[in-house]
Amino acid sequence: MNPGNLLKIAIKALKRNKMRSFLTMLGIIIGVASVITMLAIGQGSKKSIQDQIAGMGSNMLFVMPGNMRMGGVQQGSSSSQRLTVADVKAIKTECDAIVAVSPEVRSSGQAVSGNSNWPTTIYGGNEQYLEIRSWDVVSGRNITDTEAESSAKVCLVGRTVADELFGEGIDPTGETIRFQSIPFKIIGVLSKKGQNSFGQDQDDVIIAPYTTVQKRILAQTHIQSIQMSARSAEESELAQSQVEEVLRRTHKLRENEDNDFEVRSQEELATTMTSVTEILTILLGAIAGISLLVGGIGIMNIMYVSVTERTREIGLRMSVGGRSIDILLQFLIESILLSVFGGLIGIVIGFGASAIVEALTSWPISVMWSSVILAFAVCTVIGIFFGWYPARRAADLDPIDALRFE
Amino acid sequence: MKTIIDIANLKKDYHVGEVTVHALRGVDLKINEGEFVAIMGASGSGKSTMLNIIGCLDRPTDGTYLLDNVNVAGMSKNERAAIRNLKIGFVFQSYNLLSRTSALENVELPLMYNRSVSSRERREKAIAALEAVGLADRMNHMPNQLSGGQQQRVAIARSLVNDPVVILADEATGNLDTRTSYEIMSLFQELNNKGKTIVFVTHEPDIAKCMTRSVVFRDGSIIREEDVKNRLNAAEVLRTLPVEQD
Repeated sequence: MNPGNLLKIAIKALKRNKMRSFLTMLGIIIGVASVITMLAIGQGSKKSIQDQIAGMGSNMLFVMPGNMRMGGVQQGSSSSQRLTVADVKAIKTECDAIVAVSPEVRSSGQAVSGNSNWPTTIYGGNEQYLEIRSWDVVSGRNITDTEAESSAKVCLVGRTVADELFGEGIDPTGETIRFQSIPFKIIGVLSKKGQNSFGQDQDDVIIAPYTTVQKRILAQTHIQSIQMSARSAEESELAQSQVEEVLRRTHKLRENEDNDFEVRSQEELATTMTSVTEILTILLGAIAGISLLVGGIGIMNIMYVSVTERTREIGLRMSVGGRSIDILLQFLIESILLSVFGGLIGIVIGFGASAIVEALTSWPISVMWSSVILAFAVCTVIGIFFGWYPARRAADLDPIDALRFE
Repeated sequence: MKTIIDIANLKKDYHVGEVTVHALRGVDLKINEGEFVAIMGASGSGKSTMLNIIGCLDRPTDGTYLLDNVNVAGMSKNERAAIRNLKIGFVFQSYNLLSRTSALENVELPLMYNRSVSSRERREKAIAALEAVGLADRMNHMPNQLSGGQQQRVAIARSLVNDPVVILADEATGNLDTRTSYEIMSLFQELNNKGKTIVFVTHEPDIAKCMTRSVVFRDGSIIREEDVKNRLNAAEVLRTLPVEQD
């Protein structure tokens, strides 16, 4: 029999039992819709984390003081005072995979302007600090290296600090604020960054020359960390090893001594963060996949029922010249139609459900085309796989027995 | 005269557990073109097995079977399906029409399995077959909208549509009342008069009298084979039957 006729027969058979066909498809519909939605949610949360990490800076690397030993006693990393401005200079001149480097010092305290005050954190850096942290100045200007050298009392404020001290949306450039009694002239306002993935407000900051923070606020000569940008994401590993090499030398560490600092890259952070969501995605996808499998078993079940019900029809078709392959195809096409049509509806519902989740969570949820194609392919395979045995049984029937079947 | 069915020393054994049942024990049978043969016998006499083998639904254990001068005894399942499609028409006791499928589509069914017949040709042949059985006005009726006799007529049209060399009827009047039975027999006689070869399994002697020859089976062998004397004309019998009051 030609494929067109086979298709017509299959459609007719499915239409004959509309409710049954729909209920059978429901398993596949739910399976496909949940696979697509789950993968989209997984992908969306991964993307949102990646975006936030990318927003931290451009190909950023940072050095933090590490654990160290003092006479056999392990010291906490925060007590370490090993990182210095000299380290920054050494990195700047020796590491060619690093394009920008800045020391970082920070202190918490109360910022005061007129009769308003606000608890915040002041960060000290050099001219390149903003570039490394991918921060823009929306009004005013950046700190210069000259100001960094002269410990100038100038600062940039984050949007939150500006809002709290001067009022919503007001541009405070040119005003003066006090941070721990030290007056700072505001030379610019930072662009808005929003919350990071830990829920911290990234706009609640003041940025000043690191020398100013070091000398006038903290009264210390060491720095808390070093922030850097690698030339590219690909070179971040190379940059990491170069920095490590330089710092081991400047810190005069012997061969067998552990690093007294830690170099971390944004890449590493991204990988760690996204690996969690990847596991979650696989888990969600697997659960959804199981429901797809159950849907497939539903098809197999209904196809067996259908073959039994239509045994006499099969016998008749064989007696008028239907070959085994004709009968096999007839039932196989029926089960493929069930699964593929169910899959199509499932894809549409999957898109809808993803859009709803996106609206509810504001994650950047995107349905991956690869998952749509995968779902479609899986449906076809399910149709063939679970339809095969019932169809095979129909095709293997003996026409004499089939005709006599009551 | 052309021989349509030429069977020699045909044997069929069934194995039920360790017991071997000899359903046919060396049957010889020749049926010529234009014959209308009744196959008779009690249950278990082997007549159904015979019909299944003649219809290429089953294959013999031993012996030769030439259908229209082609040896079909050793054919594979698919080859037999093709032979059934081209050379044989079946009429069953229980009609075996596809439900919720129009009379016309039911009649078209055998041609659907013949790829060399176009869909237009198929439709034309099916309409012609329905006209031949007097159901041209019921083409689009579903089986459940037709009476038993009409359903059997659709089945006969279906058996005619591929222009087979032989029509095989298995108790084709078994489910019908006397009057309808003779109506169907009258139709078969009409087809036979036009030259169709028909093999008809029945256990009703009156029905067998409408045919040209009777072959009686017992225990897997033919015990009697004779031409029908005083052949009945089904159309005349119908006239003598009392018309049922509606």
